[in-house]
Amino acid sequence: MGDVACAMGAIDAGLKFYAGYPITPSSEIAETLSELLPKHQGIYLQMEDEIGSIMAVIGASYAGYPAMTATSGPGFSLMQEAIGYAAMAEIPITIVDVMRAGPSTGLATQIGEGDLMQAIWGTHGDHPVVVFSPGNVREFYIYTQKALYWAEKLRVPAIVLADEVVGHMRENVEFPEPITIPTRTVPDIPPEKYLPYATVNGDPVSLPPLGHGYLWHVTGSAHGEDGFPTIKPDKVKALLDRLNTKTERHRKELIEYETYELNDAETLVISFASMGRVAKGVVVELRSRGHKVGLVRPFTMWPFFKEELRDIVSHVKPKKIVIPEINYGQLRLLVEWALKGFDVPVLGVNVVNGDLIPPELIEEAILHG
Amino acid sequence: MANTGSNQNANNEVNLMPMSEAPDKWLRKQYLPHIWCPGCGIGTILRQVIEQFTKLGWRNDEVVFVTGIGCTGRASGYVNAQTLHTIHGRALPTATGIKMARPDMHVVAMLGDGDGVGIGGNHFIHAAKRNIGITAIVVNNRIYGMTGGQVSPTTPSGAKSSTTPYGNVEPAMDVSKLALGAGATFVARAHTANPVYLGQLIRRALEHDGFSVLEVLSQCPTYFGRFNGMPDPVQMLEWFKSNTFMAKSPYDEKEGKIPVGVFRDDKETPELSKSYRKLWEE
Repeated sequence: MGDVACAMGAIDAGLKFYAGYPITPSSEIAETLSELLPKHQGIYLQMEDEIGSIMAVIGASYAGYPAMTATSGPGFSLMQEAIGYAAMAEIPITIVDVMRAGPSTGLATQIGEGDLMQAIWGTHGDHPVVVFSPGNVREFYIYTQKALYWAEKLRVPAIVLADEVVGHMRENVEFPEPITIPTRTVPDIPPEKYLPYATVNGDPVSLPPLGHGYLWHVTGSAHGEDGFPTIKPDKVKALLDRLNTKTERHRKELIEYETYELNDAETLVISFASMGRVAKGVVVELRSRGHKVGLVRPFTMWPFFKEELRDIVSHVKPKKIVIPEINYGQLRLLVEWALKGFDVPVLGVNVVNGDLIPPELIEEAILHG
Repeated sequence: MANTGSNQNANNEVNLMPMSEAPDKWLRKQYLPHIWCPGCGIGTILRQVIEQFTKLGWRNDEVVFVTGIGCTGRASGYVNAQTLHTIHGRALPTATGIKMARPDMHVVAMLGDGDGVGIGGNHFIHAAKRNIGITAIVVNNRIYGMTGGQVSPTTPSGAKSSTTPYGNVEPAMDVSKLALGAGATFVARAHTANPVYLGQLIRRALEHDGFSVLEVLSQCPTYFGRFNGMPDPVQMLEWFKSNTFMAKSPYDEKEGKIPVGVFRDDKETPELSKSYRKLWEE
């Protein structure tokens, strides 16, 4: 099951702390980790709500335990303020959002893909975040690990945007070699000279373990390199400029996507999460019938693969782009933004009714849209 | 130790602090002066907290000091320890994550009344229920100070604030009763007019192995006092002295006064970060 693969990926990466609140369709992640974490000298806590969960994750991560939580739409909404805090305070955290149909309680047990915008821009103010999206069970294992890895490396909130079908799907998989979370060590810089918000080669310095004399201050207020609040415009600007460029500095390593049958494609299909897998099936089928159609399936939703997509479209020169997604056009909006200046129509295939969008509707849009 | 059974200590004369190394060791003097109003009670409480840190002989890097948002939230910036200024109401779940990861740390959360039992009320209940090893010092000034004196969950019925101009129509929440009901294993109440006794209770709360709650009635002359006929901090301190009595329970009654003292000191219930680790051995 995808949710179990997520939990196993986290354990194999070195997760030591999970706090969460039960919510369908993510609860199997919590259940699996409640069993596995104590066997790996880790901690599982069920908190009183999702806000408590994400704050406990922030606390544990601050204290040196690689930490994550998992949730779905309503819980993800509750976590938004804390995501901004983690981004500002630069405490690494990973959040798995197993999307269900919204808004509000929506369809509690059925698929939706409407949290993309929220994952990228959900908390107030401009902030950095890394968003991955897996389309099958194996990818859920891999991208949970990558989220944990990048959260620690860049000291950012990392979000895994799965969905109900990925979460509940059962399939046989072979897991690749695990990607492990970087471990924290006592900094080379002595405590009196340590600046928790300074950089090394442009990246944030690593966090010191507790109990080694590093008496640093953590705050969600604007702060200088020493971590103490400031309202000096130059210091505030330096902080926000740095925060909002730190994922861009690593975009080449961060951005991952799959391409399929792009050569001579006249129609390009772009799709993510479970719908990416459905869309790929449609492309395979249409190719077998001789239709010139290709696929791009992004795994990194943020930073967005804007330049890479522009390159693809420049080379492939499709006559149209078709984007099936279980929302009213969130990925399409990003694609249209990325492809500003290109003269290529972008068609959405958008159905939100609790099910995957049927292949026939995608085929219809490709052939006759 | 405090004598919790009589009112002798509550009315002790306030002793001037003897010379102490606490401010040098425990305050980030480079960030002073602090932001609190003249006459505010938070300084009195913070002073007692760092005095007890000193007396306990704790190292600065074995203390994690966590606050939320509001006037009390700013205390973490001044304490020379491993400090976190979190978001509104969320100091306790953050502290919970820290304590679970590092049971060897002394984790102290200083909360305001709005932070602790308003927006953070659910976390307060559940931290108590878990008996997680955190000392929660609730600075209860009975008003939202940072935002300009709005009504808080602990504002007394009938009291004026910037949002209860006709008097508070709601009853007040009792922090100590809430802590007892939720299962906190150490619960006590003090006030700022007797800093010596306050210090004794802070010490006991800090030494407690489990979730300890110390509610401290604190003066906000700027808002609570000014709106309610006590604009001078001395008037508020006098009010605390004459309107409190030593008690063994927050349910004790005496002429409508507020009970202070140690209400629970349970050393039997296991602390969570330690009891969880027993799972590792199985």
